[in-house]
Amino acid sequence: MRFLRVWERNLIVYRQNWKISFVPPLLEPFFYLVAFGVGLSALVGNVSYQGSEISYMIFIAPALLAINIMNNAFFENTYASFVRMYYQKTFDAMMATPLTLEEIITGEIVWGATKSVIATSIMLGVISLFGLIRYPEGLLIIPLAVIGGIAFGSIGMIFTAIVANIELFNLPVFLFITPMFLFSGTFFPIENLPAWAQHIAILLPLTHMVNLTRSLSLGIVDMSLLPGFCYFVISCIVFFPLAIHKMHRRLIK
Amino acid sequence: MKVAQENYHEKLSMSPIIRAKNLTKIFGDLVAVDNISFKVYPGECFGILGPNGAGKTSTIRMLYGLSPMTSGTLDVFGLDVTKNARAIKSRLGVCHQENNLDPDLTVKQNLEVFSRYFNMSPRAAQVQAESLLKFMALDHRKDARVTELSGGMMRRLVLARALLNAPELLILDEPTTGLDPQSRHQVWERLGELKAKGLSILISTHNMDEASRLCDRLIIMDHGGILVEGKPFELIRQYVGHDIIEVLEPSQTLRAFVQSRNMEHEDLGHRLIINTEDGNALFREISNEYCQEGCIMRMATLEDVFLKLTGRELRK
Repeated sequence: MRFLRVWERNLIVYRQNWKISFVPPLLEPFFYLVAFGVGLSALVGNVSYQGSEISYMIFIAPALLAINIMNNAFFENTYASFVRMYYQKTFDAMMATPLTLEEIITGEIVWGATKSVIATSIMLGVISLFGLIRYPEGLLIIPLAVIGGIAFGSIGMIFTAIVANIELFNLPVFLFITPMFLFSGTFFPIENLPAWAQHIAILLPLTHMVNLTRSLSLGIVDMSLLPGFCYFVISCIVFFPLAIHKMHRRLIK
Repeated sequence: MKVAQENYHEKLSMSPIIRAKNLTKIFGDLVAVDNISFKVYPGECFGILGPNGAGKTSTIRMLYGLSPMTSGTLDVFGLDVTKNARAIKSRLGVCHQENNLDPDLTVKQNLEVFSRYFNMSPRAAQVQAESLLKFMALDHRKDARVTELSGGMMRRLVLARALLNAPELLILDEPTTGLDPQSRHQVWERLGELKAKGLSILISTHNMDEASRLCDRLIIMDHGGILVEGKPFELIRQYVGHDIIEVLEPSQTLRAFVQSRNMEHEDLGHRLIINTEDGNALFREISNEYCQEGCIMRMATLEDVFLKLTGRELRK
């Protein structure tokens, strides 16, 4: 459980800047919902989703949550972890203590997931003010942020372990994160994509996260959630140890 | 000499705090550490010296378990590093070469947070942090950002951090490199106080002054192997004598004189270095007859031993 000490360090630093850290999850939903919701709603009208008609705002709100879960964990375990590892040499200092590398990386990934949970909770609160979330089912989005955060954080940590310098993060951001942001059923249903693109979208993690958050926001809790949930459980089981393995290769020579 | 030393320590039944036997580290084609063996005894300050690329850092990394050894055995506190890394590291303090402090935290927070990695309670962490800040004269800056500190203060903070868990063995990698004289002497004084209280120290340094002041015994490494081992003053006597006379722009007559007397010397073109057991008479003779200015006499130092054994060529 010593990874909690590493997690604690990150929490102490976060608390110093919490006022700034709270601003994005507070403001982002406002901006998107106003721009897309108010701005585009009139043009788009209702969206057909799983047999029923829902407003465009209700359609995109859960996507904002899913994107938030992804971005918080991924960017924390890429850029922030890389700065700690490479520039500040924080991990080197930690490895001279009784902490093992496994505990350090676990602490970092769990912290990434924690950021997802904090930001998602705030955003959930804001979006709920617009009346776009069904309760109590919507509350399940918070534990979902834990597992999603661990999965996306682990993926981020794998990149941190393999990139030679910080600029190289541009590759996963622009080839992976940004396409997912646009095409994972976030701002339009993936059924609107050509068939070949839909096949690719199904493989992407954000697609499944959006499906899960959207279902929960609409109050749907049934077996249809199972595939997406399994996707993330398997992602955690695969990517978490892989991240540790890659970091081991990078730091222990 | 070495065997006598070992028997002496064995007689006092002091088991070594570090025991390295046939320690080897190979990176691909590079043999960084080549089959070295040495022991460090409790309460002593042991130095590892060597030019760049000698294998000092690789050796140190194996000691605190960061780098797995390729072959050989390495025990710290009588425990095998490959099996008991956690137990060893909880009794060890490491002062790295880089100031890898946490720029996101204040001076005091750096210590408190670091204490937690040793599973110290928050209360104990606070008490230790305060005590060490006083010991290192950093108390007045405890709420400052690490980035605001001078080089000397940062170094003292890294040293304070290495002492949080009240270690039995302190590993120092270039502890005073780049420090101003005041900071350097303060650090040496603190280390002296700690040693008097029983702390064992392993130090790697390029500062020969530091090595000869602090180390009870030392090894000089080169190309992964150990060249010599011994007490500083014994190595000096054995390899470079007692006094050194340095002459700038030596004349040909001086060179001839030195050669005719079969004196041990080193001819560096613009400088001539003469080793001798008793320099007083010789210095008077040389300064009177062979050079009016530009010649000095000084005591032989560890640096002379180092340069003699590892050469004056640039490395890496």
